[in-house]
Amino acid sequence: MLIKKAEGLRYSDITPKSVYLNRRKFLASVPAAFLAGRQLLAGEKLPNLVKSPLSTDEKQNTYEQVSHYNNFYEFGTRKDQPAEYAKNFKTGPEWMVSVEGYVDKPRKFSMEQLLKLAPIEERIYRHRCVEAWSIVVPWAGYSLSTLLKAVGPTSKAKFVAFESYWDLRQMPLATPDRAGIQFPYVEGLRLDEAMHPLALLCVGMYGETLPPQDGAPVRLVVPWKYGFKSIKSLVKIKLVGSEPPTTWNMSNAHEYGFYSNVNPNVDHPRWSQAKEQRLPSPFKNHPTQMFNGYGDQVASLYAGMDLKKNY
Amino acid sequence: MLRQKWTKVVVFLICLAPAAWLARNAWMGDLTVNPLEYITHFTGDWAIRILCATLAITPLRKLLRQPDLIRFRRMFGLFTFFYASMHFLTWLWLDKLFDLSEMLKDVAKRPFITAGMTALLAMLPLAITSTKGWIRRMGGKRWQRLHRLVYLSGIAAVVHYYWLVKSDIRLPLLYGAIVALALGYRLAANLVARAGMIPAKKPAASF
Repeated sequence: MLIKKAEGLRYSDITPKSVYLNRRKFLASVPAAFLAGRQLLAGEKLPNLVKSPLSTDEKQNTYEQVSHYNNFYEFGTRKDQPAEYAKNFKTGPEWMVSVEGYVDKPRKFSMEQLLKLAPIEERIYRHRCVEAWSIVVPWAGYSLSTLLKAVGPTSKAKFVAFESYWDLRQMPLATPDRAGIQFPYVEGLRLDEAMHPLALLCVGMYGETLPPQDGAPVRLVVPWKYGFKSIKSLVKIKLVGSEPPTTWNMSNAHEYGFYSNVNPNVDHPRWSQAKEQRLPSPFKNHPTQMFNGYGDQVASLYAGMDLKKNY
Repeated sequence: MLRQKWTKVVVFLICLAPAAWLARNAWMGDLTVNPLEYITHFTGDWAIRILCATLAITPLRKLLRQPDLIRFRRMFGLFTFFYASMHFLTWLWLDKLFDLSEMLKDVAKRPFITAGMTALLAMLPLAITSTKGWIRRMGGKRWQRLHRLVYLSGIAAVVHYYWLVKSDIRLPLLYGAIVALALGYRLAANLVARAGMIPAKKPAASF
């Protein structure tokens, strides 16, 4: 008798929903000390989230929306592609984030160590893409400054350079001729920007660990800057002395500056930034706020700077 | 076979299918997280695809020896105009919220929008004069000369697409190649015809 092998069958296909939902409930009830001892998978409940005063109370987008509308060129240039092509992205227990450069104690952090470094907070932020759409997302993580303080930047450190994971075996679409940008994806911040409490080292969203298409297992979220500054799937953080190269700036310096602060008064050369679309609304009728509404906290970082020149 | 009446109905339905699909998705509330982007890309994609098909008719008639393909050219042209108009109206309504001064500012200020507007405006007189009555009124020669504006539309549409993409330029290059081949064929055929005609009689003023 011929027995056909069921290819592509996943656990979720054969496990009844009630059983795996129960499993999630069970995991959520397990004390954090025990949980921290093992690797968290994508989309797993994060225990003991702390509320943050930095959160907005605006209406949040749904998990479905945030996880199916992504700019993540390593997994395709269309917004619906990352959800599909990142599905089997393996981040694994061997995932390391190297923090190096001008620091007292350079070291590599495992995800387990990163998750234990500080209490995980829920931060509900506005997220504004340079393409003039915005969403509201409950991220989970802690201030990047916590990590930087743990390694101790030296006096030579003036900027922070970030680098994304890049592996053609896992990301076959991540080539310059397919995506039109260089890899690995790199980003950067001035040290004082990186030390600002709003700059988030993000390990989750909606109370769970990050799904691959949103930058698993760890990413940056810089809410007062355009979305492409919030680099995904981090593997390297390097403290450096001068302004580091950044991917979109290398691709088109005229359109994407190093700072890329959200600014309704500085247009993208091809479209106005004065208004935005608060997804899923089809209308571009939401006024863009200076620094994406975080001006009270961050405007002082740019005192005396010409923001039209330093776009 | 191409001469049979039903073939026109079939081609008409095929051209209408994308619009029907879009209407279905709108009805089901399934226009993705970003409906503005989805509808804009969808209608723009179909406009440029059918535009390429329109421009390909003349070379394909000759190369495939299928002169009856001409029966579909007007329909393709009008469907191009239909999808391009939807593309424009989506932008004007959802993106510009019918703010005409904002719209004109964008047309003047942003080269890719200038190119897109050029492509659409060049099609407008062609759509208006697409009827048999207009061919008769204008006379075949003049009508044909006016309808060469479609070449401008084709080039402007490709430039519009090329200038608007962020980084992945493969599709604009593909459409650019199709338009270049379709126009290049005409140019070459014209040159060959002229070279052959010079000794016989004076060529008609045309290119």
